[in-house]
Amino acid sequence: MASMIEMQRIEKYYGAFHALKNINLTVAKGEKIVLCGPSGSGKSTLIRCINHLETIKSGEIVVAGHRLNDSQKAVDAVRREVGMVFQQFNLFPHKTVLENCILAPMRVRKLSRSEAEATARKYLERVRIGDQAEKYPAQLSGGQQQRVAIARALCMEPKAMLFDEPTSALDPEMVKEVLDTMVSLARDGMTMICVTHEMGFARQVADRVIFMADGQIIEENDPESFFRAPKHERTRAFLGEILAHH
Amino acid sequence: MTLDFSVVTDAWQSLLFGTLGTLFLAFSGMLIAMFIGIAGVVILRMQMWLPSLLVTAFVEIVRNTPFLVQIFFVFFALPLAGIRLNPTMTAVIALGVNGGAYAIEIIRGGVESIPKGQTEAGLALGLHKHEVFRLIVLTPALRAIYPSLSSQFILLTLTTAICTSISAYELTSVGQRIEAETFRSFEVYFTLTGIYLVISLVTMWCLAAIGRWAFSYPQR
Repeated sequence: MASMIEMQRIEKYYGAFHALKNINLTVAKGEKIVLCGPSGSGKSTLIRCINHLETIKSGEIVVAGHRLNDSQKAVDAVRREVGMVFQQFNLFPHKTVLENCILAPMRVRKLSRSEAEATARKYLERVRIGDQAEKYPAQLSGGQQQRVAIARALCMEPKAMLFDEPTSALDPEMVKEVLDTMVSLARDGMTMICVTHEMGFARQVADRVIFMADGQIIEENDPESFFRAPKHERTRAFLGEILAHH
Repeated sequence: MTLDFSVVTDAWQSLLFGTLGTLFLAFSGMLIAMFIGIAGVVILRMQMWLPSLLVTAFVEIVRNTPFLVQIFFVFFALPLAGIRLNPTMTAVIALGVNGGAYAIEIIRGGVESIPKGQTEAGLALGLHKHEVFRLIVLTPALRAIYPSLSSQFILLTLTTAICTSISAYELTSVGQRIEAETFRSFEVYFTLTGIYLVISLVTMWCLAAIGRWAFSYPQR
């Protein structure tokens, strides 16, 4: 199977702090990865390197055949292929839901307004929020905002999606609607990397679960083995922490 | 002492044109200030040391010297550079430049108040930095500082009175002329005070209306 995202020997520093240590990760086309680990372990940093929101000190990143470097051209090529969903939604407050969704397709993909609107309405329907297209973000609930954020990313027709703790800022009763949207996206074959502590989601859709700590990949396995028989002591401790209340 | 307001009422046409002159100076000054304010912030955001230094120096010089000196400087400096403008245009430039320096500081604060996530979301969608600033950051940033910007613009409106020093056409110079002809100082300046008050209140109301129109989207 062709690889969609390849990261090799990634080293990343924040000043003296060694944030990512020798990260090697290959994500196949259509593969779903769940990244978990304690806070500060580098999981968000890792996915933010993939679309160049963070720069790396050394190593190699190839996304959908585009080798990432600091040139605007390479960054543009990669960002066109990769959608991202953030913990804080980051919808643009002065634009309606529809305007949020058509902005980048029109400016980056050079679609006409009518093409962009058609695409936007298709994906808004898909995240079951088509009837809110004319509203402003502030008029929506957190769960609705996050679903709009997913639709907005999908409007660029990305080949892969990065989720950075997409349910962490949500009220508990809204987590499910966002996870359901992500599950349906996964079922449709999207390549996904999700930073999340939603272990139910991991069991349900992940092909691989990766556990990180201190900037390193400590352990990775299929979800069944990962949860049933974690090999590493730190993984067991972490799972003990987050599964204690489930 | 008897008060005689007929000298004022007889000159109502001059006062009306003076008021229009003041409004012209104020609104032209605001437009230039707004332009300089946004342009200055754009330059600062490029994070290149020389342009940033020049903008910072400009802001500090303007904010730490008297407007009266600034307007004389423009009035006498422009002809040396071969640019001959009438006093009113000179006043517009001085007001715009002065207001612009303050606007840079205010707008910069607004831009810095916008969460980084907004910029990151724009970049992740493939937009370039300048598009992110213009299409995503600018409007919410202006909304955040619009009240401060409005008070600065009211101040600019009142500062137009100083432009009488280079004989720009505006309300105070009209008043001075009426006073010189009639020696009715109290009546003239009492009336000017009233007119300036009305100008300020109307300007404030207009700016608020513009704000409501430009920033009509609901705030979370």
